[in-house]
Amino acid sequence: MINDAAFSDPARERRIFSGRLLISALIIIIAGVGLIARYADLQLTRHQDFATHSDNNRVHVRPAPASRGLIYDSNGALLADNRPTYILTVVRERTEDLDKLLATISSLIKITDADINLFEKRLKRRKPYEQTPLKYNLTERERGILAVNGYLLNGVEVAARLTRFYPNGDLYGHLIGYVGRINERESQTIDSVKYSGTDSIGKIGLEKFYEPLLLGEVGNEQVETNARGRVMRILDKVDPVPGSNLTLYLDSHLQRIAHQAFKDERGALVAIDVESGGILAMVSAPSYDPNLFVSGISQKTYDALLNSKDRPLFDRSISGQYPPGSTIKPLFGLIGLHSNTISMDYAIDDPGYFIMEGIERPWRDHNSKLGGHGRGVDLAEAIIESCDVFFYNMSIKTGIDLLSSYSEKFGLGQITGIDMPGERPGIMPSRLWKKGARGQSWFNGDTINTSIGQGFMLATPLQLAVMSARIASRGKMIAPKLVKSINGVPIAENPLAEPLDIKQVHWDYVHQAMRDVVHSSRGTAKGINKGLDYKIAGKTGTAQVISIKAEEEYDSSKIDKSQWDHALFVAFAPAENPKIAIGLIVENGEHGSSAAAPIARLVMDAYMKSKAVQPKLDIAKVGH
Amino acid sequence: MYRDDFVRRMQDSGIDRRRGRSLHIDLPLLAILITLCGVGLIVLYSASGQNLFYVKRQALLMLVGFGVMFGTAQFAVRFWQRWSIALYMIGLFSLVIVLFFGVGAKGAQRWLDLGITRFQPSELMKVAVPLMVSAYLGRHYIPPTFKHVLIVLVITIIPVLLVARQPDLGTAILIFASGFFVIFLAGLRKRYLATAFFLALAAIPTLWIYVLHDYQKQRVLTLLSPQDDKLGAGWNIIQSTTAIGSGGWSGKGWTQGTQSQLNFLPESHTDFIIAVLAEEFGFVGVLSLCALYALLIGRCMLIAINSQSHFGHMIAGSLSLTFFTYIFVNMSMVSGILPVVGVPLPFISYGGTAIVTLFLGFGILMAISTEPRRIRTDL
Repeated sequence: MINDAAFSDPARERRIFSGRLLISALIIIIAGVGLIARYADLQLTRHQDFATHSDNNRVHVRPAPASRGLIYDSNGALLADNRPTYILTVVRERTEDLDKLLATISSLIKITDADINLFEKRLKRRKPYEQTPLKYNLTERERGILAVNGYLLNGVEVAARLTRFYPNGDLYGHLIGYVGRINERESQTIDSVKYSGTDSIGKIGLEKFYEPLLLGEVGNEQVETNARGRVMRILDKVDPVPGSNLTLYLDSHLQRIAHQAFKDERGALVAIDVESGGILAMVSAPSYDPNLFVSGISQKTYDALLNSKDRPLFDRSISGQYPPGSTIKPLFGLIGLHSNTISMDYAIDDPGYFIMEGIERPWRDHNSKLGGHGRGVDLAEAIIESCDVFFYNMSIKTGIDLLSSYSEKFGLGQITGIDMPGERPGIMPSRLWKKGARGQSWFNGDTINTSIGQGFMLATPLQLAVMSARIASRGKMIAPKLVKSINGVPIAENPLAEPLDIKQVHWDYVHQAMRDVVHSSRGTAKGINKGLDYKIAGKTGTAQVISIKAEEEYDSSKIDKSQWDHALFVAFAPAENPKIAIGLIVENGEHGSSAAAPIARLVMDAYMKSKAVQPKLDIAKVGH
Repeated sequence: MYRDDFVRRMQDSGIDRRRGRSLHIDLPLLAILITLCGVGLIVLYSASGQNLFYVKRQALLMLVGFGVMFGTAQFAVRFWQRWSIALYMIGLFSLVIVLFFGVGAKGAQRWLDLGITRFQPSELMKVAVPLMVSAYLGRHYIPPTFKHVLIVLVITIIPVLLVARQPDLGTAILIFASGFFVIFLAGLRKRYLATAFFLALAAIPTLWIYVLHDYQKQRVLTLLSPQDDKLGAGWNIIQSTTAIGSGGWSGKGWTQGTQSQLNFLPESHTDFIIAVLAEEFGFVGVLSLCALYALLIGRCMLIAINSQSHFGHMIAGSLSLTFFTYIFVNMSMVSGILPVVGVPLPFISYGGTAIVTLFLGFGILMAISTEPRRIRTDL
């Protein structure tokens, strides 16, 4: 059998073989021990690291979005709501070929290039296992198409999400503002943990001012996922805390009346509750539909809004700064009386113009074309008929320092501190201001211009309303505010500053004069007193948009409407026990009496009517 | 020596009371194999995602395997020595066929479709090559001369190249190893060994540049730094070491391994199954399995040492070493110390032909172990 057996040395062969087998066994033992050492290293020494890695593999923390706080008006009407919408999202980790997938989706439903651009930006900020939105507000049809073709769409998920909805559309455009997608700049400043459940943030208006409260606290779910990212079970859960609900002082009914009253006009109206300072209505016209912004506005629509001549995106009520015109007169009169520079008996003869020593150019009286208001014009008559010459005289007697410092107590020249972003301070000119802003000394001519709310002076409609409310309340330092209660708990009121110490006779005098503006047959706003079953106190105003030379006459028929005078009106009612104060402007409305005052009348009527009904309701409640 | 011979003579002359011997069954070997198969099925159930289909199929294949083993064991050792050339030629022929008509996956042609079942010729070669080499060297005296070594190298290299062309580098290396083990056991001179060692070392750059496919290079690079490509080639190693490491001392419990049950672990029921065992049964499980393997290899080496012919020595020793190599390569690649090559873990990994050829090898070992003692003529 063994060919070479004859030459072989069996003992030697056995020895060789046994030796080699022994070496093999030794190698096996060494290699085996090495292998076991490797497993011991992985499983014993480094166990903790791998256990952690294994958990990180399978356990993902998913944010549980908090629902955003709702916003109600004072009657409980919903102004900002959350509605379920459907979003097409992509989980990058689970896609095989993203470009191919996007092409497939585009072939099924309409995806714009803008959608894809935004999607790619978002993709950079998200983790691979997170859902990245591709298209918002899926229609039922689109959802159906996606569901049927689900097998083609690995990594695509349709997510239901609560999306902000503003049921009143443009009625509260500026006031409530809107939420929108968090942009790149915002994403660098916000706490990404707090915002992990949402991709929206309050951009302007109340939505922005109360963002921290409305946002709520994001919860989370610890979920176990498999390698494909599919959730297998929920391991742990921290429930989200919904955002706080806000209740406003606002009355939707008043708001709507005011909004509609502007028709096609541009302007703004602010109505304040004299008692509390709560904003009852705040309109900037024209407005826009905030819903447009929630899911990302198209560039075209945005450009149209941005470039519109009427500037609908501009919130005139708190950011629009206008010369207050004659609406400032009651305040200045009051300051004159209070500071004793004029008396209640003080009167002038009005030739229709005013000449100051040393200055050739006379100041015209804008409100009389027939040679002045006549002889013996006192403060009351000057307010009722809006006599400029009286205030030219009066202001020179009083001086800018007193006018300026007292006016500031009525809220002019500074922000009112309303709970809204974007408020502008206006200008209450003074020597100091002019030095600082213009680098020039103050001239008496500046005082004269200021005395009729022109010149350097600027005020926002909100400031006019606050001024009006402080006059109406006889010097209470009312501060305007929008939010009445948070989650039903009334906001603790900041103690108001000490009321202004002004004699009641002076208040009576000015209130009576403002009342006569509406109710006297000579009043500039007599046009709105028809059928009034309560008393309104007010003051009209007209603000020049372009300056008219002394020798020229202002003739609206000769100039473009965009250069017509602004029409203003401040008012409060009921005159004897004021509840509501209003400041309003109609841009290029020409006359406060004809363009602005009627809008105030409408709002006040609505307000008085609702107040008249309320007591009956209270009685009905008691009856139960 | 003398005592040994005396005992053998007594056994041969007396009545063999061990029934196993007449049935050609090595009972210790059988016991270890049955235990291993049982462990394999239990782990497979969990690794396949509690899929009884795989378990049933594997059990069936194991039964076939045991049948093959018993059948093989019934033939005399001399029969296998004589017919090894036939087996080798059949293997070689199928390897050529597979290059032209093979079916496969992932760019490699490895299987022959026989209608009822698929057959992987390279698996057969893992047994046929050491058989052929042992048979050849068994006819000559040892240590082998230079000429014999050359012939044996040719016998080994031909199938190795054919398998490498499929391409299946892992199996090719294992086939080469199985042939090399025989020469080594046959007492290949130390100077040849040293030369071979340095030649191999020198061949590495050539292999790297001309022979290795890109994906194979990738596997080697991945081994060096798996973190470089976390979601691609590095994924397998990261996930398998994570599975092993997270198992800790006693494991997460049967079917409770998160890495395997949640599909983080790739190939969990085939090549990477040791990671499932390590994750679910911990270091204790790994040690126990290693103990079983150690018993098996120990038993095989005992058979080798007690064999009565050079052929028996060499084939039994070579099969033991090859068997250990499977285990070592598989457990090393899964734990990240060797590149990923497709080597299954014996008796635990799911897979058809591999199981059957494995049993074929153990059948030959049983035949050697139960060979009737003959009176030594060389005394």
